[in-house]
Amino acid sequence: MSDVRVAGVGLTEFGSSPERTGRDLFAEASIEAFEDAGVPREDVEALFYGNFMGELAEHQGHQGPLMAEAAGVHAPATRLESACASGGVAVREAVSRIRNGEHDVVLVGGAERMTNLGTGGATEALAIAADDLWEVRAGVTFPGAYALMAQAYFEEFGGEREDLAHVAVKNHENAVPNEKAQYRRAIEVDDVLEAPMVSAPLGLYDACPISDGAAAVVLTSEAYAAEHDLEAPVAITGSGQGGDRIALQDRTHLSQSPAAREAGAEAYADAGISAADVEVAEVHDCFTIAEVLALEALDLAPVGEGITAARDGLTTADGDLPVNLSGGLKAKGHPVGATGAAQVAELTALLRGDHPNSDHVDDATVGLTHNAGGTVASAVVHVLEVVA
Amino acid sequence: MSDARDAGYDDWLEAVEEGEPYYLECPEGHGSLPPRRVCPDCGATDLEETPLPAAGEIATFTITHVPTPSFADDAPYVVGVADFGPVRITGQVVGVDPTAVETGTAVELEVATSETTGDRVLALRPR
Ligand SMILES: [Zn+2]
Repeated sequence: MSDVRVAGVGLTEFGSSPERTGRDLFAEASIEAFEDAGVPREDVEALFYGNFMGELAEHQGHQGPLMAEAAGVHAPATRLESACASGGVAVREAVSRIRNGEHDVVLVGGAERMTNLGTGGATEALAIAADDLWEVRAGVTFPGAYALMAQAYFEEFGGEREDLAHVAVKNHENAVPNEKAQYRRAIEVDDVLEAPMVSAPLGLYDACPISDGAAAVVLTSEAYAAEHDLEAPVAITGSGQGGDRIALQDRTHLSQSPAAREAGAEAYADAGISAADVEVAEVHDCFTIAEVLALEALDLAPVGEGITAARDGLTTADGDLPVNLSGGLKAKGHPVGATGAAQVAELTALLRGDHPNSDHVDDATVGLTHNAGGTVASAVVHVLEVVA
Repeated sequence: MSDARDAGYDDWLEAVEEGEPYYLECPEGHGSLPPRRVCPDCGATDLEETPLPAAGEIATFTITHVPTPSFADDAPYVVGVADFGPVRITGQVVGVDPTAVETGTAVELEVATSETTGDRVLALRPR
């Protein structure tokens, strides 16, 4: 199958801007993506757009055409929803349409407005990614669900809160130079350990923030990139998606993510690479334990050993496999529907050499994004490679 | 909240209140919980209500300090996932000091009431 070129990427600053509408956020991201791509808006043949809680946060459904309008695109537009993997499934759909020859130019992205809901409202909105009858009604929150996985992990494989704290410290450190990141402030292990508990064993600094923000990516076919002489050195060369039962209680594993394993295996095979070829990764670290589970599911660390990857320096900026050089969801922020596309935008910039943290991956040509929904009942993985 | 019931789920809570909790068993022996018409493991459609073991065992748990607004007055509370033979069930662990809950703690099902909303909440009580 032919590769899909990443022609341009755009991101708003992630953070707290409760007064800004989703359409304003996405418009800003799309303007940056089109400027970066040098592709005219009228060439866009479809928009795929990720969003999770628009009905709750903005009383707004039917966001596909709304966002096409905001971006100045006249094309059929579809919103995709898979909880926190909404942006990832949007990217996957766009990749698929280009690869099957249906389209040459697709705008893909996502946005989420969250901070206007307040902490309680956002906690309630996020919780609906879980099983309403069997989890939400028992008091399971989104952090609570990951806490159940963290506790199960500790029980099965060992590890402690201090190991997880190193994941947070690493990702905050990476966010410092990233002007799009929500928390550009380094923290210490003690800060994480002494922070208030949210859902034990996860504290405030084990959790990603509540964020507003948008991401947009212009994808084109190889043929279009060649014909228009685009400077688009990065391609999406592999795509994979996995699924699992929605409720944690119905899974075979409480401390592993088989959906991410399936998605990774499919993406690796699709790109014709193995996990050992991955030189840099952006993984879904909505909570510190989520990064650990992702590393193991993607074969970037052996099962039971992902817990010490940050502490041992494997995944730090100067380690053998830098993970979440953007700051990750943890410090860069997690406007839910934007995240999957934002990962592609950040990794593209890292591989092109125009990201503030590109120096840490000078020679890297193979990178991976991993976007998860709920407690990883949905997972989407993309392989990005420098091809020109 | 409206007065509408969730058929299957509310019936099941009432079965717990009456001390007769059940799970749905397919001919292959897969267990699942209602409301459900199809076995999620094998696709079988002839599911039979089968008595649930009286005792479960905590498989994992968390103490939640930051709840959703629906549980604002209940926090902090413990949520556990417990093994009941062929199914696992998520509930609030009640009747015990939160710091005393451990993996492996033996529990039984009951129906408690949310302090915040007065709604029924599935609970796990150490036995
Ligand atoms: Zn079955």
